[in-house]
Amino acid sequence: MKTALAANRDFLAGLLFIAIGAGGFAVALSYPFGSVQQMGPGFFPRSLGVILAGFGVVTMIRGLRSGERVQGEWGWFPLVALSAAMVAFGWLMEHVGLVPSVAVLTVTSAYAGREFRWGEAALLAVAMSLLAVAIFIWGLGLPYELFAFDFGR
Amino acid sequence: MDVLSNLALGFGVALTLKNLAYCFLGVFLGTLIGVLPGVGPLVTIAMLLPITFGLDPVSSLIMLAGIFYGAQYGGSTTAILVNMPGEVSSAVTAIDGYQMARQGRAGPALATAAIASFTAGIISTLLVAFFGPLVGKWALEFGAAEYFSLMLMGLVFSAVLAHGDLVKSLAMVVTGLMLGIVGTDVTSGLPRFSFGMAELLDGVGFTVVAVGLFAVAEIVQNLARTDKVEVFTKDVKNLMPTWADLKAITGPTMRGTALGSFFGALPGITASVAAFSAYMLEKKIAKDPSRFGHGAIEGVAAPEAANNAAAQTHFIPTLTLGIPATAVMALVLGALTMQGIQPGPAVMTTKPELFWGLVASMLVGNVLLLLLNLPLVGVWARLTQVPYRFLFPAILVFASVGNYSLNNSAVDVYLCAVVGVLGYVFAKLDCQPAPLILGYVLGPMLEENLRRALLMAEGSFTVFVTRPISLVFLLASALLLVAMVVPSLRKGRARVAGESEGD
Repeated sequence: MKTALAANRDFLAGLLFIAIGAGGFAVALSYPFGSVQQMGPGFFPRSLGVILAGFGVVTMIRGLRSGERVQGEWGWFPLVALSAAMVAFGWLMEHVGLVPSVAVLTVTSAYAGREFRWGEAALLAVAMSLLAVAIFIWGLGLPYELFAFDFGR
Repeated sequence: MDVLSNLALGFGVALTLKNLAYCFLGVFLGTLIGVLPGVGPLVTIAMLLPITFGLDPVSSLIMLAGIFYGAQYGGSTTAILVNMPGEVSSAVTAIDGYQMARQGRAGPALATAAIASFTAGIISTLLVAFFGPLVGKWALEFGAAEYFSLMLMGLVFSAVLAHGDLVKSLAMVVTGLMLGIVGTDVTSGLPRFSFGMAELLDGVGFTVVAVGLFAVAEIVQNLARTDKVEVFTKDVKNLMPTWADLKAITGPTMRGTALGSFFGALPGITASVAAFSAYMLEKKIAKDPSRFGHGAIEGVAAPEAANNAAAQTHFIPTLTLGIPATAVMALVLGALTMQGIQPGPAVMTTKPELFWGLVASMLVGNVLLLLLNLPLVGVWARLTQVPYRFLFPAILVFASVGNYSLNNSAVDVYLCAVVGVLGYVFAKLDCQPAPLILGYVLGPMLEENLRRALLMAEGSFTVFVTRPISLVFLLASALLLVAMVVPSLRKGRARVAGESEGD
């Protein structure tokens, strides 16, 4: 059974582990290694990097042997939409206040779903904004402005 | 009796009006959120954590515990009514519970879950009361080497017992350990993996990782899925199980409680493992195993009891050793640390009101849970009908505002998005998130104890095998690893042999 590498589940997983392990190892090269008795800050991360890359190689080889495929479609659209919604929320919180940020987060993330309707999303945005204000501002007393216009920072 | 006078002290703490109210609020909110489809206890706690920050340590621990078992119970309701459990441990309940619901026996299934959880909760809490202090006293003898080996055992357990491939689970543990390194090194004061960002000096926040890995990644998975889920709510009327039902669930409940209590006390073993083994045990000893999977009431009682028992005994290693058994416990531990309490063997003596107040409140909380669930089950059942397209934006809003509020910083929200993407990719590649999160939690403690042990042993690794307690922990993990690897090697060899025959 031949599986394209881009669809080979364990090949990709192994690659990811190797990348994280090697990356961590490379960054940790600038930290003092120390000795076994006096472990420096570089000891643990470098060892882990090597171990992780080792597991990655094993996983990769097993993937090449088994040819197991990634199950189902990749949900790139919801993934990108949700991440974008969160990033937008974080950025907006620092500039326009809680209410618009929550509204944007609600509508953008709702858009990632299969059954998106503008009217429903708008209602949900209003409800979520009210709830967020009630819980986080009135209930927990968090010091956020409801509306702001602050692009000076 | 020592335990009795301590319990009296605990009830004195738990039964104050204030703590009673927080316990109720915790159980109520936990059930309310936990019952929503696709929301597990971990995400529930991560979302509700900011609410407890303003309370004093005892009240916040009581409320967190309430949220936890409330959410756990809510998850079972969802598992029975909707075949979409919020977390793995309820997935076992869903096997037979959902079938019972399809046969119009949703009421008895829900009641069974409630009764089994309640019984298990009370018994295992008493076990916590008796064994917690013993473990705490024993742990006073632990040095750095013992702690290191114990945590290593927990990590190996979590990887071995996670569903799926062992090598990938071990790799996830190591990934988690590396994630745990981010931040300032305690010994040298050097910032590691912080990439010059001041926000990363304290490490990646726990709720950031938990929400990203479990809420965001899970939502994307659900959105990318195409199959429809059926919901049963019309049948939730005649709640009470018959006498025959009650008789049938007594044995499974007790056996589930025993298994769950035992597994829950071991670090690294999640409630899902306990629930699954309880289910398998019942299936094995049943006169007619074929009923399982088609609505066997024992198949609801045993995993529910195991689930809940493990949920309570998780507090033993968490509070007495300071080692969180699971990701949920890590959240609880993190909340305590933020309150300025360092859990460990000393807590029992320096803060007896904390430990015993919690134990007493768990007894109270289980009663509240039963009172809340039996009459209100219709309301909870209706909640499972909330369409997912309303739910997931709401989850995201609460998770994001919560993460933002941790440090009043957008960076935590950005990080959460990054962890979410990573979590989704891992999930698609069949890499389990549970070992990662345990590695991330234990990482800093593991490194510190490794360092300290080697420093005191003058760089000799033999310290881990010459100290008997440490050796036992290491042997236990090695044994489990071998037990897992040998059969799969054999299977592999058999497969190779089979293939060559086929040629």
